[in-house]
Amino acid sequence: MIELRDVCKRLGSRQILDGLSLRVEKGMNYVLMGPSGTGKSVTLRHIIGILKPDSGSVRVDGQEVPTMDREQLMALRRRMGYLFQNGALINWLTVEQNVALPLEEHSSLSRSAIQDRVHEVLRMVALDHAKEQFPPSISGGMKLRAGLARALVTQPEYVLYDEPNAGLDPIISHQIHQLIAEVRDRLGVTGLIVTHSRACATQCGDRIGIIQNGKIEVEGTVAEMVASEHPLAKAFLGGGSD
Amino acid sequence: MNLFTSTGAAILRRVDDAGFVLDLLVRTVGSLQKVPRRKRFLLDMAFNAGVRALPVTMVVAAFAGAILAMQTGIELKRFGDTGVLGTITALSMCREMGPFITAVILAATVGSSMAAEVGTMKVSDEISALEVMSVDPVNYLVLPRVIALAVMCPTLTALSDLIGIFGGSIIAQQNLGVSQSRFWMSAQDALTSSAMLLPKEVYVGLLKALVFGIAIATVSCAAGLRATGGALGVGLAVQTAVRNSVILIIVLGFIITWFFYFLNG
Repeated sequence: MIELRDVCKRLGSRQILDGLSLRVEKGMNYVLMGPSGTGKSVTLRHIIGILKPDSGSVRVDGQEVPTMDREQLMALRRRMGYLFQNGALINWLTVEQNVALPLEEHSSLSRSAIQDRVHEVLRMVALDHAKEQFPPSISGGMKLRAGLARALVTQPEYVLYDEPNAGLDPIISHQIHQLIAEVRDRLGVTGLIVTHSRACATQCGDRIGIIQNGKIEVEGTVAEMVASEHPLAKAFLGGGSD
Repeated sequence: MNLFTSTGAAILRRVDDAGFVLDLLVRTVGSLQKVPRRKRFLLDMAFNAGVRALPVTMVVAAFAGAILAMQTGIELKRFGDTGVLGTITALSMCREMGPFITAVILAATVGSSMAAEVGTMKVSDEISALEVMSVDPVNYLVLPRVIALAVMCPTLTALSDLIGIFGGSIIAQQNLGVSQSRFWMSAQDALTSSAMLLPKEVYVGLLKALVFGIAIATVSCAAGLRATGGALGVGLAVQTAVRNSVILIIVLGFIITWFFYFLNG
């Protein structure tokens, strides 16, 4: 379980998070929505330990992330996958090498076992035909799917998705949403998804929280949020959104 | 912000930058045991650095040697002592000019590209991606680059020493009337040592090159790792990398010369 309690974070002169609290239960997809610049990605970076809060508590399975030493943090990160907005693939490695990287660095698997695992996740994201290509020569949607494959190759318990459909056309977006839902349903992976997309939230999410002024302003199940009369819920999840 | 505050802030920034570079160097040294794991990437980096810098280094070294022989030769000719031109050119190239020229060219060509590569990775979240995969960016990105330049800078320096002396020999023959055999005999005298195979000058020059190589790679990677704010930030990182590398080359060059020729005789 991921739990944030009263998290505050100031970056430069801006108070980004101001008492943010949220809870992601095991096996669910929690969708975090909100206007741009309100600290959604910053929240994800606190959970993976790239940022430390000024105050408040960030816990994963009861362990306090900000006080972890380097070894503990590395152990935690091996149990987590992170999908960056643009995939954040290493440019000089092929798609296959990018996906294999976390296993080559940390696992004791043989080369052939690593290859088998990499091909399995590449097939899952429908990218096995592009394994020899380099990131600059593939489309944005393919980069995201490769990023997702890399996040899943270590069989993580948690995956943090940072705007998994930013800049994608509706068809590719739909494929990505299906993949995220499949990852939860087939592999039992717990997800925290940052998005602006109504389609993403309703197709992938179990619970939705909307952040404003550095804290969760309104929260509920997908059905509750879609039916909600709260102005923020209407703005992000109403019929005219997306 | 008044002058006092802004000066203080600028000094603090510089101290912070210097601290970051030193910390990076210590962490790089601390990850030396990972070198075998990064062997392929390291060889790629070393090959690229050599290929990128070799043509320019050779051209500049040849002309630097020629200028050195020309300027020295004009004065020596007045005293009728052009016989020592080979010695002076060889020693000057090995002691100072060879390492300095090579390091400045490496800073401009390879250091700048290192800062741009690492900086682009930083602003496009690739460094964060490595961190969240528990891959240490220091041993994955910085270590191979530092080792590559630590090897290539002395190698290119040895070549530029030779090419520089060759450039000097052409000028000596064409403009100063010193025969090739006389010039090379004089250079050979200077570069032979019965005790250590090569004289101190050559070793000190190569040591300088080694230190310059490590400094350029560390400073350039540090600038890249601190890049923020997209393309503009990457541009600033490249600028910082080249400026700081050149300053360090001069300061470290002075310190090493002072240590070996004044402090230790």
